[in-house]
Amino acid sequence: MDQGLVMDRQNMDVDIVCVGFGPATGGFLTTLSRAIAGSESEAPLMSRVMPGMPLQVLCYERADDIGFGVSGVVTRGRGIKKSFPELDVSQIPMATPVAKEKLLYLLDPHGASRRPAALEGIDAMIRAVRSGSQTQDSSIEVPYVPDFLAKHDGFLLSIGQFNQWVGTELMGSGLVQVWPGMPVSAPLIEDDRVVGIRLVDQGTESDGTPGPGFMPGMNVHAALTVVGDGPVGPIGRQLDEHFGFPEGHHQNDWAVGMKMVVDLPTHCPLAPGTVLHTIGYPEPEIFGFLYVHPGHVASLGIFVPTWFDSPVRTSYAYLQHWMKHPRIWKYLEGGSLRSWGAKTLQESGRRGEPHLVGDGYARIGEGSGSTNVLTGSGVDEAWTTGVLLAEGVIELWRAEQPFTRQNLDAAYVTRRRNSWLEAEAKESEKSRDGFQKGFLTGLLGMGLTGLTHGKLHVGPDPVPPRDRIPTLEEYYEGRIPPSQIEAIRQECKSKGEPLHTALMEAAGWPEVEYDGELLMSHQDALLRGGKVQAPPGYADHVVFVYPSLCESCDNQLCIEVCSGQAITPGESGVPQFDREKCIHCGACIWSCAVPREPGAHAGNIEFRAGAGGLHSGEN
Amino acid sequence: MTPFHIVVCGSLVPDPLQTLEPTLGPEGPGLKNEMMLPSVLDPWAGHALYEAASLATKHPESRVWLVSLGPKARLQQLMMSIAQKAKFELVAIDSSASGFIDAQSVARTLATAIDEIDGLDKNRLLLFGGCASASRDAGVTVQMVGELLGLTDQFLAVDELEARDDGSLRVLERIEGGKYLASTVRGAPAVVAWATGKLPEPPNNPQVGMQNMRTILPALQKAKAAIPNRNSIHYQEVAIPQQKRETRVVKDMSVDEIAREIADWIRG
Repeated sequence: MDQGLVMDRQNMDVDIVCVGFGPATGGFLTTLSRAIAGSESEAPLMSRVMPGMPLQVLCYERADDIGFGVSGVVTRGRGIKKSFPELDVSQIPMATPVAKEKLLYLLDPHGASRRPAALEGIDAMIRAVRSGSQTQDSSIEVPYVPDFLAKHDGFLLSIGQFNQWVGTELMGSGLVQVWPGMPVSAPLIEDDRVVGIRLVDQGTESDGTPGPGFMPGMNVHAALTVVGDGPVGPIGRQLDEHFGFPEGHHQNDWAVGMKMVVDLPTHCPLAPGTVLHTIGYPEPEIFGFLYVHPGHVASLGIFVPTWFDSPVRTSYAYLQHWMKHPRIWKYLEGGSLRSWGAKTLQESGRRGEPHLVGDGYARIGEGSGSTNVLTGSGVDEAWTTGVLLAEGVIELWRAEQPFTRQNLDAAYVTRRRNSWLEAEAKESEKSRDGFQKGFLTGLLGMGLTGLTHGKLHVGPDPVPPRDRIPTLEEYYEGRIPPSQIEAIRQECKSKGEPLHTALMEAAGWPEVEYDGELLMSHQDALLRGGKVQAPPGYADHVVFVYPSLCESCDNQLCIEVCSGQAITPGESGVPQFDREKCIHCGACIWSCAVPREPGAHAGNIEFRAGAGGLHSGEN
Repeated sequence: MTPFHIVVCGSLVPDPLQTLEPTLGPEGPGLKNEMMLPSVLDPWAGHALYEAASLATKHPESRVWLVSLGPKARLQQLMMSIAQKAKFELVAIDSSASGFIDAQSVARTLATAIDEIDGLDKNRLLLFGGCASASRDAGVTVQMVGELLGLTDQFLAVDELEARDDGSLRVLERIEGGKYLASTVRGAPAVVAWATGKLPEPPNNPQVGMQNMRTILPALQKAKAAIPNRNSIHYQEVAIPQQKRETRVVKDMSVDEIAREIADWIRG
């Protein structure tokens, strides 16, 4: 390294710094920027670090652009509509009102999924009772979408396009600055008070040591740090490690949402605004969705939750099998891929809520436990947390009150507790516990909780994902002999491949025939559906903390679950990480099967601040 | 040392790895869902901008302008990324950046905008741009802008520019056979259409970004809408090549193996 190039760490003072730009930060900045501008009755908010200037608000986003990801969403949009009373959703690319909503139960046309006996009995009854044309496509339409799931009065969005729309409005105002391509590496904590953030070091080798052009990450000091970096954001997780969780709270339920945006074939009859929810296939625990946007475009995908106890829990292979289901494929055949991506969903809801505030900081969005796991809604809830925080911040700033835990608690947390958000989050808090005991118990539990508005629930408190994972031999008992599992294990190890494809085929899953348009190899989806941004000069963000723990891990679920095939078997037994394939879904964090220390909640994988990620082809 | 007034012509292009689909609509040809495609600074223009910023650093009191023609909303987003990398003043022109507007029309629009830059000393002017473009790949735009501005010393596919103490410029242009043509010009004004240059992409520097935004935001707010002459070219048809992409990421194959596989693929 050329020592002459080493720069001193820069420092900057602002009034408020935000980490991550998603719906929550969008809601926060939209509300705050209106107050910064002032109105006829309210004076503008003025800076304290730059007297005479407007409030200085900066937001740093890891990805190289705002709205980089692919994610179709159906939402009732109550919070969003409140922020934009005159909202014309046609002004947001790909947005449209919900026109039709259906819940489909998909039967298994191959007999390959792992269905409990009771469900097989139900399937047999369905086939017997509704033989003929109604089950030709191996599905039935559930005649009733429960109120708690229904989004009839809502609209469809592409989150990427929505974020870009919000970001454009914000930056056009000139009142706040949103900086993409700038990961935040750590909170600055002094005596349990968050005093700002540190940006990531640049010009480093992959192991983090300074390299040519090393530039230490800047310290950004702020009176208030707003953390909205999502379910697996490094700042939120570092705060969780430092401050712990409130008594009784935990984040044990997670899911990978793997999605596509597709051009539908011309023969597809689905109209814009159509919403299809699916259950039952490719595995009972995996839910699917298909939303039709204007322009004959659809967002579709599946959610693979932690309570699907497969030790080879791949999302990509299951997404292909779901698309090939006769009921879905009849809409998709002849279409083509426009975009692909995946993300982690924090599915613990309110029970996963961390400390929402502390001295100098506040948490908003999905990482703050705002997702409603009963209604399957998160974007509008995240937006609303940002709005509620902004209202509190405006109140405190005008009253010249400091951002202490006590003041933030009164100004933000109290607002949140008194909102529809909290009322619905409490109702839904235990709605999915039944899935700890199986698919049917889970459905029953959701129904009971939904219909009784949270008064009843079924099932135990969720346990950490690693405590649920059976061995391969246990999972495939009766389907694949142990000797064959061992042979597959050895063969995949020698080839440096994950196990899931070979095991699924051995368990009866048909081979997926690629059409080059919608069905393609995982790497082709990665490359055709977007582009992984992995700029040089940044450290690897996935780190196997204690290699010896990985060497002795029999169940390297991190490899199987990796959404971009960025984690692959390593010769020494320690998985290899390739930053150029990582789409930052974060599934490896919560899938790690080995505790870092005996009894620790954290696994052996550290997911640090990293630049880039998947820039989806279209959002 | 001579301070320069460096004007870089550069705009956004769809991220090069996207699958682009041209469409022919009533307004003429365009890219399907252009406003939804992720955009980046045209890589060729990027090299020009980073070289300009580096040259300006070595020659105190130099100024760098970036003249960008593209949809205002997309430019605004793009600026949040590149403003962190180099110091410049923005001149924004609100227009389509689909690549289907002919180079002459774009050149006229750019030349007019450059002519109107307040404080620009044309005797110190170095007009920078890419020798090609990831979208407008006629490779002639910067030359035409130069001609319209009366700049006759033009260098194409430049990889290196050395500004000497006597004010002269030594320029290395790419020529065939992997060789360079070395030329010396007495000094500014000149046109330099960059190939890749020699500089890496600068890191994101938040303080540079903050400084730039003081001028970028006002520039975006007063960006003039320009409608380059769409009628100067008549497109009969636009289409993408009928060829499927076959992509694999392989890191452990030898060069010979890769070459053999590609040759086999070409042979069919």
